[in-house]
Amino acid sequence: MSEETLAQLAMDFSVLSLIAVGGAITVLPEMHRSVVEVHGWMSGAQFAEVFALAQAAPGPNILVVSLIGWKVAGLAGAVVATAAVCGPSCVLTFAVSRIWQRFRGARWRTAVEDGLVPVTVGLMLAGGYLITLSADHSWPAFATTALTAAFVLTTRIHPLWLFGAAGLIGLAGWV
Amino acid sequence: MPFARRMLVEERRWLSAEEFTDVLSLCQLLPGPNIVNVAVCVGARYHGVRGAVAAFAGLMTAPFFIMLALGVLYTEYGDLPAVSALFRGISAAAAGLVVAMGLKMATSRRLRSAMALFAVMTFIGIALMRLPLVVFLLGAAPLSVAATLWRAK
Repeated sequence: MSEETLAQLAMDFSVLSLIAVGGAITVLPEMHRSVVEVHGWMSGAQFAEVFALAQAAPGPNILVVSLIGWKVAGLAGAVVATAAVCGPSCVLTFAVSRIWQRFRGARWRTAVEDGLVPVTVGLMLAGGYLITLSADHSWPAFATTALTAAFVLTTRIHPLWLFGAAGLIGLAGWV
Repeated sequence: MPFARRMLVEERRWLSAEEFTDVLSLCQLLPGPNIVNVAVCVGARYHGVRGAVAAFAGLMTAPFFIMLALGVLYTEYGDLPAVSALFRGISAAAAGLVVAMGLKMATSRRLRSAMALFAVMTFIGIALMRLPLVVFLLGAAPLSVAATLWRAK
């Protein structure tokens, strides 16, 4: 624990920060790998729970790292994890935003934008797959996941209602 | 993001609709949450470093403390049977939300069918083979961009 853990949090999450193209969901698999598989800071089920908490709460999903940091090393952990995940990407954005205007319409710029789309799609699907395996341990749980996905895809209902309904299903002891 | 757009473009008029699209396309490309990047870009445009820091702090401070409060409640009461039952349900739904976002993105027009191979490769590499993301991205992302360039010729 303590300083070594904090350094580890800072290291891992700064790297995540620089590869989180598209936000928290795309690095979900890597976060899972680091937090659950490599360091064993929490179980897969706990990881799925803090991630659910971050999705339900206001603010960017990436704040899930604050919760992970909190769980691993208290307030210092939360601050370090949040700073590490936001710092590098913000500095990069700041630097690039100043020169980006110049390349409007450049062919390589469009290629970079379009070329990253399939990778992002693959990462999001991988994140969905892994978080489902972590969260669900019974067939009603898998059914809840599938139904939620179906509702999100076919209706305009706000996800918080779905979270509420799923919470009730949980409370009823069905999953 | 729709809220951010309304605030920036329609209410405050800090950006024109076209500028917003331009800023957003950059922010989706760069690492980090899109909304955080938009805040940094807009702040930087008006007041340099200080503007970027102010915009970031404005966006993140309240959610950070809300998250901490939730974290405290969660560590305090997370072990109660009722709470963990509640969470089993909610985390199943949260997983469903991620699956839906992935599927939505996969069926959107931005993913050209010839490029879907890269999405499949990414899924196999990351979800099934559990390769470290950095290693994978260094290989796959340049290839995907190169393929896009080549197809555009």
